[in-house]
Amino acid sequence: MSADQPEALLRVEGLKTYFPVRGGVFLTAQAQCKAVDDVSIHIGPGETLGLVGESGCGKSTLGKTIVRLIKPTDGRILFDGSDLSSMSERALKPHRRQVQMIFQDPADSLNSRHSIGNILEEPFIIHGIGDAAERDRRVARLLDVVGLPSSAVERFPFEFSGGQRQRIGIARAVALNPKLIICDEPVSALDVSIQSQILNLMLDLQQEMNLSYLFIAHDLAVVKHVSDRIAIMYLGRIVEMGGADEVYERPKHPYTQALISAIPEPVPGGKRERQILAGDVPSPIDPPSGCAFHTRCPHAQPKCSEERPELRDVVARTGEEHVVACHFDV
Amino acid sequence: MSSENKTPLLSVRNLVVEFSTRYGPVRAVDDISFDVYPNETVGIVGESGCGKTVTGLTLLQLIPMPPGRIVQGSINFDGRDLTKLSEKEMQEMRGSDISMIFQEPMTALNPVFSVGNQMIDVLRRHKNLTRRQARELAINMLDTVGIPAPRKRIDEYPHQMSGGMRQRVMIAMALSCGPKLLIADEPTTALDVTTQAQVMEQIVKLQDEFHMSMILVTHDLGVVAESCDRAIVMYCGNIIETAAIDDLFHKPQHPYTRGLLDSIPRIREERITELPIIRGMVPDLLHLPDGCRFADRCPRATDECRQDKPVVNIDPVTGNGVACYHPMG
Ligand SMILES: Nc1ncnc2c1ncn2[C@@H]1O[C@H](COP(=O)(O)OP(=O)(O)OP(=O)(O)O)[C@@H](O)[C@H]1O
Ligand SMILES: Nc1ncnc2c1ncn2[C@@H]1O[C@H](COP(=O)(O)OP(=O)(O)O)[C@@H](O)[C@H]1O
Ligand code: SF4
Ligand code: SF4
Ligand SMILES: [Mg+2]
Ligand SMILES: [Mg+2]
Repeated sequence: MSADQPEALLRVEGLKTYFPVRGGVFLTAQAQCKAVDDVSIHIGPGETLGLVGESGCGKSTLGKTIVRLIKPTDGRILFDGSDLSSMSERALKPHRRQVQMIFQDPADSLNSRHSIGNILEEPFIIHGIGDAAERDRRVARLLDVVGLPSSAVERFPFEFSGGQRQRIGIARAVALNPKLIICDEPVSALDVSIQSQILNLMLDLQQEMNLSYLFIAHDLAVVKHVSDRIAIMYLGRIVEMGGADEVYERPKHPYTQALISAIPEPVPGGKRERQILAGDVPSPIDPPSGCAFHTRCPHAQPKCSEERPELRDVVARTGEEHVVACHFDV
Repeated sequence: MSSENKTPLLSVRNLVVEFSTRYGPVRAVDDISFDVYPNETVGIVGESGCGKTVTGLTLLQLIPMPPGRIVQGSINFDGRDLTKLSEKEMQEMRGSDISMIFQEPMTALNPVFSVGNQMIDVLRRHKNLTRRQARELAINMLDTVGIPAPRKRIDEYPHQMSGGMRQRVMIAMALSCGPKLLIADEPTTALDVTTQAQVMEQIVKLQDEFHMSMILVTHDLGVVAESCDRAIVMYCGNIIETAAIDDLFHKPQHPYTRGLLDSIPRIREERITELPIIRGMVPDLLHLPDGCRFADRCPRATDECRQDKPVVNIDPVTGNGVACYHPMG
């Protein structure tokens, strides 16, 4: 763990993002939704960290906090040596071009009244880059890079398919040569044939531009395909993290094991013995005590509801970091 | 599937469904024919907009008319042509002989009535039961689909339940009258992976218990591989391939089916840098080419393909068929 510390491009330490909510047993009381609760992750240059978890576990909130669309409640976001966590909007501006975000549904994030040309030119204008002619050249090059025709400049987002809109979202994200892109379910809304086109594009760009990705998705097969390392999140916390093959082949946390076992595989012939989890994901407003997974865990013991397991090192075959938050070796 | 000596429960022939739009008529379903046999699960797969949902809705005569219209074709179910039934006869059929479950249960459940009241209503509409009997049966069904403490939860409202639980309620409702055919349209797409696995397992188990046939509409080839006996692949309103599940996955005949299977990242396999892709995108239903609708994206396309549209020829022995001049073989 300590060996690679100096090289990390992004290092998140003890990050917490709590939302105030009216709720709990007494509707008048102010409760807290602990969407991200004490998360520590790091991403190296040119590296992809995959982030997997079920709906509402805090993946998007973590991503939005890292790009500082949301201000964290506590913790540090060290990017290239500077702590972004409590910076003012003004102090953030020079860092903003280095950390970009791609969203699940590009339609929501692209202003429908602006032409593609305007949308792609905007980052250059905001950061005072080039004159009009130079900006046009850059926009044309961006369209070329993401595989859209140059005629797209004059058209509007609604004139494009979902896959093409995602290409526009990607073009905008890479416009300023960022170092890190937070990709929040970038292919979840796309059909398989288009999904593979976009994944290939993202992998090509990563190679060319030495990009780092935090790749958020609920589809473990997609995440494993693009990631060097994988983090599994449950109710606001990372419960397991390690090399992509390692986590997939030797999952140590019961939740990771259940996630892997739940994937329907496109291979017919006899249903596999499947470990089906009981119940639903509990609410992050009132998470279970101790290990938050104990209400669904097939291996839960009395200790699990009393004491929270901290992330601990488990030996990875390859010698890489592999951590898991479970009291037992299951 | 050994289908030779059995009579199909459902037989769809040359069905065409059209919608009138501002830009002209759109054929969402264009001349499709298929059979579903008793106890069989048939998957309908394809990318968004290819006509899967419209197919399912048309079987139950649930497409909005207008703008929708069945242009031609027949839907024989258990000896009757559903296209010829009156709305009243169709209403009796829906929910009793044929049931449907949808992707987003919230849109199908009425938010202002308790789950119990909605279930009791369905039961009493189709069966001669007292309120009390219907309530007991409803509690029983909720228990069957795996809702914990059904006697208590039956009085809850849909918004008080999680997505997985609402989908279970939908399944309980759909199965409560013992239908012969269940049409499930993306029943687990809106759910998380672990919940999806729970719900799919439940559906497959109940299908077996209730001796139902099922049409499973989905874009997830993994779900099809695990739950179906046979599958139909649709593209731009057409059926382009139909085959027994093993054949479809191990020996896909249509270049599109092959492309779809190749482009899914496989979790069991080594990481590769380039996923195989299907180039281009689905053509607009308003501007379809004359010949094969896949020709612009197809690596095997020839001039012949661009002239006349290939049709599906069903092999009478295997029941498999493909609409392609140069199948993969
Ligand atoms: N602005 C907000 N105010 C209050 N609660 C919020 C807010 N944004 C998110 N939450 C809550 O925080 C938790 C985490 O949400 P988040 O969107 O990060 O989940 P996610 O893992 O991205 O889920 P999905 O897979 O559905 O996208 C959820 O319980 C959500 O309801
Ligand atoms: N009510 C409607 N009015 C007009 N067009 C419709 C309507 N419903 C569906 N369509 C069109 O029919 C085609 C098939 O849709 P659908 O069956 O919903 O696709 P899917 O395969 O994704 O389920 C699409 O082009 C869709 O836009
Ligand atoms: S700590 Fe206990 S409940 Fe949590 S994952 Fe481990 S065994 Fe399961
Ligand atoms: S008919 Fe021709 S264009 Fe169409 S799928 Fe077959 S080979 Fe390709
Ligand atoms: Mg999210
Ligand atoms: Mg649909």
